[in-house]
Amino acid sequence: MSSVVTVEDVSFAYGEKAAVEGISLSIESGDFLGLIGPNGSGKTTLLHLMLGLKRPDSGSVTLFGDPIDEFDDGERIGYVSQRSTDRGSTMPVTVREVVTMGRFAHVGRSPLGTDDHEIVDEALETVEITDLADRRINQLSGGQRQRTFIARALASEADLLALDEPTVGVDAESRERFYGMLDDLNRQGITIILIEHDIDILTKHVDTVACINRELYHHGDTVSFLESEALSKAYGAAHGVIEHDHP
Amino acid sequence: MSLDTTNVDGTGGPVAGLTSWLGWFRPQRRREWVELGGIVLTALLGVSMVGYILLDWLRFAPEWAVIGPYADLLFSQFIVAGMWMDHYLGTNVFSHPFMWRAIATGVLIGIVAPLVGTYLVHRQMALIGETLAHTAFAGVAVGLLFIALTGWTGSLLFVALIVSALGAIGLQWLTDRTNTYGDVPIAIVLSGSFAVGTLLISWGRDFTSLAIDIEGFLFGSLAIVTAEGARLVAALSVVVVVLVALNYKQLLFITFDEQAARVARLDVDRYNTLLIVMTAVVVVGAMQILGVILVAAMLVVPVATASQVAESFRETLFLSILFGQLSVLGGLAFAISASLPPGGSIVVIAIGFYLLSIAASGRSTAISMH
Repeated sequence: MSSVVTVEDVSFAYGEKAAVEGISLSIESGDFLGLIGPNGSGKTTLLHLMLGLKRPDSGSVTLFGDPIDEFDDGERIGYVSQRSTDRGSTMPVTVREVVTMGRFAHVGRSPLGTDDHEIVDEALETVEITDLADRRINQLSGGQRQRTFIARALASEADLLALDEPTVGVDAESRERFYGMLDDLNRQGITIILIEHDIDILTKHVDTVACINRELYHHGDTVSFLESEALSKAYGAAHGVIEHDHP
Repeated sequence: MSLDTTNVDGTGGPVAGLTSWLGWFRPQRRREWVELGGIVLTALLGVSMVGYILLDWLRFAPEWAVIGPYADLLFSQFIVAGMWMDHYLGTNVFSHPFMWRAIATGVLIGIVAPLVGTYLVHRQMALIGETLAHTAFAGVAVGLLFIALTGWTGSLLFVALIVSALGAIGLQWLTDRTNTYGDVPIAIVLSGSFAVGTLLISWGRDFTSLAIDIEGFLFGSLAIVTAEGARLVAALSVVVVVLVALNYKQLLFITFDEQAARVARLDVDRYNTLLIVMTAVVVVGAMQILGVILVAAMLVVPVATASQVAESFRETLFLSILFGQLSVLGGLAFAISASLPPGGSIVVIAIGFYLLSIAASGRSTAISMH
């Protein structure tokens, strides 16, 4: 198995405030990694470092075997951030237009071809939103919107999906369905990195967990994580997150 | 709403060929075909206006270039046609070359300002246009002084163009490095460049005879559109349309989801610079007709109108241009017939369209509400 992302002794600070300190971990092809930690623990920062959105202060990151600065196969990554949906609430853009963006890194300045449109149609079908393709994205429910962004990642034929709290504001039923879909995609060989604040639902789906709070507290399979004390250490004494029931 | 994906089957034939050439435009409903028709008409109008400006230039071509007499002949035919128009309409407008210059400038601005504005508005950069207009005003002041001091015979607008483009890049540099909210550097550059402009003009008055219509640049005027100014607008319109056509997809991706565009390894900073420099260029061109104070309206109001009623981004772009063009044509007609400034007329009509679109759409997703 080859490494999709390797992070070696990476640190990053916002001014004086360290956000990530001395983290090393490696994500193998086909992994479904859950990245967890309390609020402000540096999860999003670490993900940004992995994707090259931020440069580490020290340490090194490689993506698909390339040093992060030299990596230029943008179409291999599908990224859905918390902010992805912001613009959609006001900007007039259809589901099909959003999904078609997944092809942009492939075609560059050339016009989209028939095959590009076919790939978009397939992606829409995979996440079951073909009937919504011509809707404005602000007319969709939270769950439908998230599936649109996954379809965009699929249309880019990404090998790696990076999802930063993709189900904020999505109802429980759509969330279950969404995670079921991620399981399917992972079974097809797509590597997934997922940030999710809900540890219950996360540990049900992912096969590896990286638990961080500025530093790495645990990186291993889900079972060993649940048996370890990483969670209580990372969250401090007042965690209790894992026991509560979800709406 | 029906979804028809069968028209991209690539089975040849002129219609399929056209559809394929149109890429992902894929008009499906009557409304979309009507919009496309409007865009084609606007494009034809734009091309003929560029043609007029070109003839106006070529008729003074040096003798060795041969083309001069032919251009002059075509040009006079154009003016003769204008006389007939005046005759039938009972007006005294279309037989005057300077009027055509102003109309051509307006028509072209009515295309490129909403085109660039669509990206600006949805990047929440609407006020950049206003700022760059003020920078362009400082540019006009610099140009006036430069011409007065050196006796240079070049175009005033060209100097304004350079100053405005530099201001655009400077503004982006400041925004990247500033430790405050994004609109603070905008406010500083906006008032700062206007301050520099007023200082330069007052200072220049003391030792040069500045025979320039400052009010014309502030409020816009048909009379300040020179042949050079019109040529500048024609050239920049062609460049801007080509650049947007080439970078449509990238600009859309960055506008919609900048972080994802970065992850997809699009050079976001380069496209940002492209967008802001295009804005500076459009603003300088539009300043002649609309005036420094009103120029931002043309970047924003047609886009706001289109966003009320459009179903997709492509439709927003098309409708912005159509609303922009209708505002310019209506505004010019009103300004000419009532002898009022064109800038105010165009903007008032554009805002009329905006109010109508709000009434028509009944949607609660107005841009201003967020």
